[in-house]
Amino acid sequence: MRHILSILVENEPGVLARVAGLFSGRGYNIETLNVAPTLTEGLSMMTITTTGDEAIIEQIVKQLRKLVTTLKVVDLTEVKSVQREMMLLRVDAEGQKRVEVLRIVDIFRCKVVDVSPDELVLEVTGNQEKLTALINLLQRIGIKEVARTGAVAMRRGMQE
Amino acid sequence: MELTGAQILLESLRREGVEVVFGFPGGAVIDIYDQLPHYPLRHVLVRHEQGAIHAADGYARATGKVGVCLVTSGPGATNTVTGIATAYMDSVPVVIITGQVPTPLIGNDAFQEVDIVGITRSCTKHNYLVKDVRDLARVIKEAFYLASTGRPGPVLIDLPKDVQTKLTEYKYPKTIKMRSYNPTYAPNPKQVAKVADVLRKAKKPIIYAGGGVIASEASEDLAWLARALDIPVTATLMALGCFPADDPRWLGMLGMHGTYAANMAISNADLILAIGSRFDDRVTGKISEFAKNAKIVHIDIDPTSIQKNVPVHIPVVADCKSFLTALRGILEPALAAEPSTPHEAWTTKVMDWKAEKPLSYAQDETTIKPQFVVETISKLTKGEAVITTEVGQNQMWAAQFYAFTKPRSFISSGGLGTMGFGFPAAIGAQMAFPDRLVIDVAGDGSIQMCIQELATAVCYGLPVKIVILNNGYLGMVRQWQELFYKKNYCATCLDVAPDFVKLAEAYGAAGFRVTDPAKVESTLAEAFALPRPVIVDVVVDREENVAPMVPAGKSITEMILV
Repeated sequence: MRHILSILVENEPGVLARVAGLFSGRGYNIETLNVAPTLTEGLSMMTITTTGDEAIIEQIVKQLRKLVTTLKVVDLTEVKSVQREMMLLRVDAEGQKRVEVLRIVDIFRCKVVDVSPDELVLEVTGNQEKLTALINLLQRIGIKEVARTGAVAMRRGMQE
Repeated sequence: MELTGAQILLESLRREGVEVVFGFPGGAVIDIYDQLPHYPLRHVLVRHEQGAIHAADGYARATGKVGVCLVTSGPGATNTVTGIATAYMDSVPVVIITGQVPTPLIGNDAFQEVDIVGITRSCTKHNYLVKDVRDLARVIKEAFYLASTGRPGPVLIDLPKDVQTKLTEYKYPKTIKMRSYNPTYAPNPKQVAKVADVLRKAKKPIIYAGGGVIASEASEDLAWLARALDIPVTATLMALGCFPADDPRWLGMLGMHGTYAANMAISNADLILAIGSRFDDRVTGKISEFAKNAKIVHIDIDPTSIQKNVPVHIPVVADCKSFLTALRGILEPALAAEPSTPHEAWTTKVMDWKAEKPLSYAQDETTIKPQFVVETISKLTKGEAVITTEVGQNQMWAAQFYAFTKPRSFISSGGLGTMGFGFPAAIGAQMAFPDRLVIDVAGDGSIQMCIQELATAVCYGLPVKIVILNNGYLGMVRQWQELFYKKNYCATCLDVAPDFVKLAEAYGAAGFRVTDPAKVESTLAEAFALPRPVIVDVVVDREENVAPMVPAGKSITEMILV
């Protein structure tokens, strides 16, 4: 099963290597990874999506906590959470295709962030399913390039 | 007061109570060595950096204090990697200081540059590259704190040459608090109460102790528990010495080369108290067959050890000592009020297993059995020497046939299985305890991996004794080849070997050779009495096997007994 882990770490050199090394060294898989500073100076938040059965996820969480540079690890799959990912797409938009692309842009609430005669660059945010659906649709028209951020996530305010 | 980085390092080591530093100089640490004579630190100049790290490790295992090792950049640093991994696998507190090329050169492939922080990231508890001399005092404080608290382990500090010469105001922190590192020492009281309850109700309990018992100095508390509730005790290689071998409850080591009684008892128990141990594959054998009917209580200071290999019924994250103290606090009054119901049937059964198939060998008049040598060492030293081992058959025979009476008297590379460890580790232990008898039980293969440290032992007048169980083979691999590879003795015969007696003498140590079983005891006694380093080359039965043996991947009840 896919899990989203939110990891609060010291923002210092080598932290990413420690986390990434832990995954590769122990044979765990990183699907997506995202790091950025938090509001507290010196701390960064990592969001990692990974897969594994319960025992593996338990080990991953414990091993991450064991790293001296880690302050907190939360498995956001265990609580109610919101997840978003941003994606940029360079799409073929020559002639007739242009109208169709723009229609899809509308439906998926994408933004057109760059225009040229034969292609458009789109920006979209959403959960993984939405982005996958969009890719599936646009692939019929022609996607030239994709850049995705990987998921960021946060627990919801109301937990049952 | 302003000090240079090198002075800060040495002054901080002094304040941490460091007495001995094992090291080897080089270009990137000359500035530290230049200052070394001004500080009250004994420096042991080894002959290879691997010797330095193993010696620091041996010192730490023998004393419980943090071992310190100082080496230069590049090859000096990489030569310590095996030793760092050894200390990491066995949770030994060591601080390694490596020199590094000057900060402006880092990343330039400079002479003797290596990214040792990157290389050791996965085999240290933590590591640091200090780029600013103002961080140095705090980093050293943190390094000692991290190495010695929680689950202990090696911590490396990489110190660029220019940082060693820069000046800064020196202020050594008295205490340290790290927001991202807070090991749990005290057990959850509810969990302790549960453990007390199941222990009292168990009909077939067993204690399975690991290195954590030694690390947390909890051996006496463990012995109290075993005696108060009359529970048989087995232990891992790392925990030998945590329970006296002459107590009837002692079953010996368990696992691949464990005793029949220990493996049978743990396989048939209804309650396993696993304390400071980690269900290593050499202990459990085939995991799906391991102790199927037992409820498992697991106490460990490292949460990652719990539920890693086996499902646990009562997990307790705690320091072994704190846990046992808390448990005793509950059990003592409870037992006074109402004594436990004895589990006589179980005790009898366990004693039967012990009597039925004890560790054994057959010594004849012509060929020396390696087990006999270890037993003789045990007899001569009354179980009170510090025994280090190399890795392989020598290690297993030492573990099986030496009757340990005290913790921190068995020093062996358990997790990593590092050949070449025992001799430098013995040097470390002897530096810590100049008056104790320190004996490295070695094989003719392993001893050659760090033999150069004979010069160190001679130079510092360390009377370490090396007893080589010489069978002319890499014996453990040969044993596997015999049993599982149709006797295809590929690359295991050491038919070209040095004359170890002459070798010892060449280094300025003493050398003895024994070939006659009748002379084993007298030669060992003579060697042990010499106040110098000695090699005793004991020519033993070439194809003697370590038994029992559980073939890899089999259940630990499937032992090959002879």
